[in-house]
Amino acid sequence: MKIEISRGKVHNEFAQKVEEISGQNLFACYQCGNCTAGCPVSFAMDLGPHQVIRYSLLGLEEEVLECNTFWMCASCLQCTSRCPKGLDIARIMEAIRLVILRKKERLDRLEVADLSEDFLERVPQIALISGFRKFTS
Amino acid sequence: MEFLYFPGCTLYTKAQNLDEAGRACAKALGFELKELSNWTCCGATFPLAKDNIMALAPPARILARAKEEGSALTTLCSVCFNVIKRTNELIKGDEEKREKINTFIEMDYQGDVQVIHYLEILKREVGFDTIKGALKRDLQEMRVAPFYGCMLLRPSEEMEFDDKEAPTIFEEFLGAINCEPVDFPYKIECCGAFQSVGAPEVATECAYAILNSAIRNGAEAVTTTCPLCQFNIDNMQREIRQKYNGFPGIPIIYFTQLLGLALGLPVEKLEFHRNDVDPRPLLEKRGLL
Repeated sequence: MKIEISRGKVHNEFAQKVEEISGQNLFACYQCGNCTAGCPVSFAMDLGPHQVIRYSLLGLEEEVLECNTFWMCASCLQCTSRCPKGLDIARIMEAIRLVILRKKERLDRLEVADLSEDFLERVPQIALISGFRKFTS
Repeated sequence: MEFLYFPGCTLYTKAQNLDEAGRACAKALGFELKELSNWTCCGATFPLAKDNIMALAPPARILARAKEEGSALTTLCSVCFNVIKRTNELIKGDEEKREKINTFIEMDYQGDVQVIHYLEILKREVGFDTIKGALKRDLQEMRVAPFYGCMLLRPSEEMEFDDKEAPTIFEEFLGAINCEPVDFPYKIECCGAFQSVGAPEVATECAYAILNSAIRNGAEAVTTTCPLCQFNIDNMQREIRQKYNGFPGIPIIYFTQLLGLALGLPVEKLEFHRNDVDPRPLLEKRGLL
């Protein structure tokens, strides 16, 4: 993938918004990759969480919003627990989800109609409630 | 000893086996669980966005109501425990948010209810030695893998539950009821959580890795404290079997069911029929039914 980086893209609005919602300083990240190494769902992610942070800082908003990383995040806090810089990476992933879910188009990731009847019979409400809170606006 | 008890939504429905056994064990061990009156859902996720105060209202209301009825609030469900305890810590430490929340819920709560998990009651209030003395059935060192998952442990600064990388409370518990705790590297991993709804194929992989690790380390069963973990690693074994031919399957038993068994409670009270992978063949083989 060819990526263009410009001065204007760094210190961009997108990264600022993510910082504001998450309360985390993205610049604290020194790209050690601990978060990605310990992430139980990194195998299913387009980019590792540390890459998402770097991309965000470089202003690559489109690339970040198109990747599935933050949708895959299960908020298990393993990354948060192990980050040597004390970043709460799960909050950063939540912030990126919210950048999308708070758009006026209401781009929900999950619809009740997508779930089969068999699954709805089986699933406990704890999974449904948390799932819909994470994936819908 | 009396504790206010917050069951949470799932314990009233799909996880009655966690709930009923927990209540029966409390009675057998001589502490009272007084169900909180007028409780609501805790929200099932702690909001990670700094500006999402709205999601703190339900757990804050639960805590404020608990304050009116007692001083210590317990849960069995790890997710409820996590949401309520983190909200309590936030209310204690963040004056601005505390005021906002109190204005919103029209109550005055200062964060002074003690939030304690049932396992902590067993360890700190009842004592594992007392439990050892109360055993009525010999579980004969059944090899059980304790699955902690995420919610009891993280974030450790707020949960203050156990060591975040190498916890031991679950192993101590299993030892006290004469099970052999199976150490396995996936004990603090994530079961996939709500991804069973968002990306079930991903949650299935998480569950498969956990169960495979437990089985390879010699576990006959896995135990949990959480109805979400339970769903992902018990009920979703159906999906695992479809994907991985030859996956042998393993029963997942709530810790309260094991405790009830060890305390000699009538088996009907422990509702083993509600577990998806039937644990009864294992228990029968061990002569426990």
